[in-house]
Amino acid sequence: MFKPSALSDWTLFILFSAAILTMPIWLAPLGANYPDLMQKFAIFGIFAIGFNILFGLTGYLSFGHAAFLGVGSYTAVWSFKLLTMNVIPALIFSVIMAGVFALVIGFVSLRRSGIYFSILTLAFAQMSFNLAYSVLTPITNGESGLQLTLRDPRVLDAAAGVAVGRSLPSTNLFGLKMSGLPGFYICAVMLIIAFFLSMRIFRSPFGMMLKAIKSNQTRMAYTGFNTRPYLLAAFVISGMYAGLAGSLMAVTDPLAGAERMQWTASGEVVLMTILGGAGTLIGPVLGSAIIKYAENIFSAFNTSELRQIFDFMPDGLQQVSVAVSSMFVGEAWHFTLGLTFMIVVIFLPGGIMEGFRRIGGLFRRSDAKAGKVESSAAAAHS
Amino acid sequence: MENTVLHVADVHKSFAGLHALSDIDLSVREGETHAIIGPNGAGKSTLLNVCIGRLKPDTGHVIFNGENLTGRAPHEINQLGVVRVFQTPEIFPDLTLLENVMVPILAKRDGSFKMSWFRRFSSELNVRNKAMGVLQDLGLGEFTNAMATNLSRGDKRRLELAMGLAQEPKLLLLDEPTAGMARHDTNATIDLLKKIKAGGMTKVIIEHDMHVVFSLADRISVLAGGRIICQGTPEEVKNDPRVKEAYLGEEQV
Ligand SMILES: Nc1ncnc2c1ncn2[C@@H]1O[C@H](COP(=O)(O)OP(=O)(O)OP(=O)(O)O)[C@@H](O)[C@H]1O
Ligand SMILES: [Mg+2]
Repeated sequence: MFKPSALSDWTLFILFSAAILTMPIWLAPLGANYPDLMQKFAIFGIFAIGFNILFGLTGYLSFGHAAFLGVGSYTAVWSFKLLTMNVIPALIFSVIMAGVFALVIGFVSLRRSGIYFSILTLAFAQMSFNLAYSVLTPITNGESGLQLTLRDPRVLDAAAGVAVGRSLPSTNLFGLKMSGLPGFYICAVMLIIAFFLSMRIFRSPFGMMLKAIKSNQTRMAYTGFNTRPYLLAAFVISGMYAGLAGSLMAVTDPLAGAERMQWTASGEVVLMTILGGAGTLIGPVLGSAIIKYAENIFSAFNTSELRQIFDFMPDGLQQVSVAVSSMFVGEAWHFTLGLTFMIVVIFLPGGIMEGFRRIGGLFRRSDAKAGKVESSAAAAHS
Repeated sequence: MENTVLHVADVHKSFAGLHALSDIDLSVREGETHAIIGPNGAGKSTLLNVCIGRLKPDTGHVIFNGENLTGRAPHEINQLGVVRVFQTPEIFPDLTLLENVMVPILAKRDGSFKMSWFRRFSSELNVRNKAMGVLQDLGLGEFTNAMATNLSRGDKRRLELAMGLAQEPKLLLLDEPTAGMARHDTNATIDLLKKIKAGGMTKVIIEHDMHVVFSLADRISVLAGGRIICQGTPEEVKNDPRVKEAYLGEEQV
């Protein structure tokens, strides 16, 4: 940490930024370079990076982070309805609001650790989901979700003399419409900022303390730490990341529904982080991109497409093939996801990043071996 | 009488009927090295656990510099300057040696919320240098960037000691600091502890190794079956028949 790694951190950051900003180019061969999907990559990347600050550094596994995602979305849509269609206030308010929620939920949940902490966060998220669905209908518009209407006040826009058209206004950044590529780029810039901050946290004394908590929490107490404020700070930060991700969802598509808070959404970010590699800087971004890409591919198939694919087979075999493969695609793609996840957790508990490390280690070792063989061969000759 | 730093007053502690500590009365004076000896299972570690707030005594209390420690959270007790070096190493296995020592230094400084947490490491150079210094004192200077989990058992004990010393405690509680060390390292540790003693730090040391005890201790308390059976200078203790009976019988002095 005092080594020249400061330099390589900058290299990493520059490479990361370049890769994100050029996504529309290098994703083209994969057929994944359309804004809708790339926005998802960036948004879930932010969500997972934030989740990783809590889970990856402290080891506290929250099963309720989707609650903050939902809070972020609702806040953003309210900002669009009440204030302005400009995205900046929406982003700011969402992050603050998610932070406040995280402070309350974290304060209570962090009284316990381990599985009890996970269950408390899950309970809170489920409670938020149910509130959003029913009791808080005036705020959340319940089942149909919170949407823009023509009658919204938008006081700042009105004061600025923005004409009220006949169709719904679109979200914008000082006039630049947030649809298509610009929509992706605002998410991309936020992702880069999110990544930078996470890198700074990982490399700060604060990050070291969090890692120490994960490594040996009992010892922390006998070392003079009150671990709870540290954990709470990490919890709030990761909640704010989720709020940012939620508000970006609303920026690219200005509506918010309670389903965003459902436990499956909380579970998804856990999968993303673990699949990519919890506790690593890049892993969560990779994990979320892979899951969103796979979801895009696998969930698109339907039975008639499958039938077409297996058309070359004799009738009976075709039916069997379609039946079997339809267990993995379409609506059932979660089965594929679950299976992949199980395989990764069993064989690569450190996620994809550990896979990379192992491959790297293999090369290094075979290099060393080659060197040894050479030198022993030379010894034999002499 | 000299200043009493630590006063364990009438402490009882039992585990499901087992009297681990009974009627413990113990005073540790400022600047002294107080050794606690006794056979396995005598209750020595339990006594330290009571002092640092890991266990709550059933009755009695522990007073440190006039403050009642009983019922306080472990981190508060540490913040008051009572630092324990554990018998089985309680290090941070997934951190480097340097980080292992920086954490307690930062803990002492920033026990509660500080915005400075988010600063860079480069602004904590003095913390780092201090940690380096302590590691060097303990002969661990070469491995500062190694992961603690990879250390040998003896080196883990030394790291454990480094983590305690780095906090510059007012009262250092050492639980068998040389157990598991090679003779050579034991001697180095004795030298180090003598140096600290010269610096005036008050210490309580639990030790099985009589060589270590008699080279360091100003006073000795002998614990057997959860009771203090004898207390005094090394000379007095050595010649006490009760001690011979309870303890020294099994080990040559
Ligand atoms: N948390 C606990 N729960 C139940 N029994 C305990 C606990 N801690 C210690 N004991 C028991 O209390 C007695 C005293 O243990 P303690 O660890 O204090 O002994 P010790 O003097 O440190 O021994 P050693 O020299 O082996 O370290 C032992 O019989 C032990 O089994
Ligand atoms: Mg013991």
